[in-house]
Amino acid sequence: MTDIQHQAPDDLLMGYATGALPQAFDLVIATHVSLCDDARARLEAFEAVGGAVLEDLDQVDVAEDSLEQTLAKITGGAPAERPIVMPGTFPTPLQSVVGGDEEAVRWRYVGRGVKQCVLHSDENGTARLLKIPAGRSMPEHSHNGTEMTLVLKGAFRDEDGVFARGDIEVADPNVSHTPIAEPGEDCICLVATDARLKFQGLLPRIAQPFLGI
Amino acid sequence: MLFANDHAEETVAAPIPAAKTVSPVRLKLRGKTVTAHETTDAHWVTRMSAIAQDQDRKAFAELFRHFAPRVKAFLMKSGADESLAEECMQDVMATLWHKAHMYDPSRASVATWIFTIARNRKIDLLRRYARPEPEDLPWGPEQAPDQADVIALQQDTGRLATALAKLPEKQRELIQHAYFGDLSHSEIAAETGLPLGTIKSRIRLALERLRHSMN
Repeated sequence: MTDIQHQAPDDLLMGYATGALPQAFDLVIATHVSLCDDARARLEAFEAVGGAVLEDLDQVDVAEDSLEQTLAKITGGAPAERPIVMPGTFPTPLQSVVGGDEEAVRWRYVGRGVKQCVLHSDENGTARLLKIPAGRSMPEHSHNGTEMTLVLKGAFRDEDGVFARGDIEVADPNVSHTPIAEPGEDCICLVATDARLKFQGLLPRIAQPFLGI
Repeated sequence: MLFANDHAEETVAAPIPAAKTVSPVRLKLRGKTVTAHETTDAHWVTRMSAIAQDQDRKAFAELFRHFAPRVKAFLMKSGADESLAEECMQDVMATLWHKAHMYDPSRASVATWIFTIARNRKIDLLRRYARPEPEDLPWGPEQAPDQADVIALQQDTGRLATALAKLPEKQRELIQHAYFGDLSHSEIAAETGLPLGTIKSRIRLALERLRHSMN
C-alpha cells in the first residue's frame, strides 16, 4: 500500500467515527480508508474515543430476560455474511453499492465526454462516480456545501496539485475549481456533495436540473 | 492539527486506571485470582477469544453483563426509546457473538469494537440503506496479532480513558454529545484535547504488520 498524499481531514474522520456524516460522505470515507492505512489509523483512533465514552457511561437496566433473548437470537443463526468481493478498482464498500467493480457501472454521458453514475442521493447529499477522459477537464463549478472527490483510477490536477488513486480532495463552500484529468488514462472519481453543484457556464447550468448534479 | 502536538504525551504515561464501575468480585483469570477492579481490557480480550475459538457462552454472558447495560445506555443517549434501545442492544450483542473472530485486539479495545457495532447498528436503523463500512482486514488463520502490540494498545486505551476523565467538564460533555450523535458534521471541530497521536501510531503499526502478514 503506497503512501497517500492527500488524506481526509480530521473533522470528516471524526464525523465518520461519531456517525454524523451524510450517507454520501460515509461512502467516500469508507472507500478512502480502505485505500489509505494512515487515514484508517486516524479513524480508528477517533473510534477509540467512542469506546472510552461507552465504557464510562452510567449503566441502565436491561430487560430481565435480556441475556436469554440474546442467546436465542444467536441460536437463530448468523446474519448473512458480507459478500467477499474480488480486489479491483473499487474497494469493498464501493463495490457493495455499485453491485460490482468498474465494469458493472452504468455510465451516462453528461457532456464533453464526461460520464457519471449517481450511486446515492437523499436530502443530505449525493454520491456519484465521474469518469473524465484523459486530458479533459471537468466542467468548472462551485458549490454551496462541502464537496469530496476521491480518485479511484487515473489522476487529476487542479489548483491544489495532482490527485491520484486513494487521494481525496475536500473543497469548501464557494471554492471554484477546474479539475483536469492527467493525460494517459481516463480518471474515475467518487464525488460526494452535501448540496447541489453550481456550474459556471450557461449550458451546464441549463443541463444541471436534468443531470441531478 | 489533532495529531501533531501530542508526542509529549508518550513520555508522561499515566498509570492504567482501574475500571471504575466494576464491583470488586473475585474471579479467575488465567489461573491467577485477581479482584475484578483490576480487570481491564486484557480480560475482555480473553473473553472475546473464548467466544471466537470455543463458542464459549459463559464468556459471552460475562461480556454481556458488563457491556449490555452500557450499549443500551449509549443507544438511549443517542435518542432511542427504552424498548428500541433494548432490542437494538440485543442485536449488537448478537453481532458481537457472530463477528468475534473478526475482532483484532492490536487495533481496538473490546469497548471500542463494541462501540463501532452499536454506532453502525444505530445508523442502519435511522436510514434505509446499510451504512458503508471500510474493507475488513482480518488476520489469516496462520497469523495472529503480536502480543506486545495488544498489550501496548491496552495501555494506550487506559491512558485515553484517564485523559478523558481529566478533561474539563464542559469539554468532556461536548465529546460525549458528539459520540451520541448530537452534533452535525459541520459542528465537529475534531479538537478533542485528547492524546490520540500515540494510539494512532500504534494502530498504524498494527496495520503495517497485518498488511505484511496478508502478503
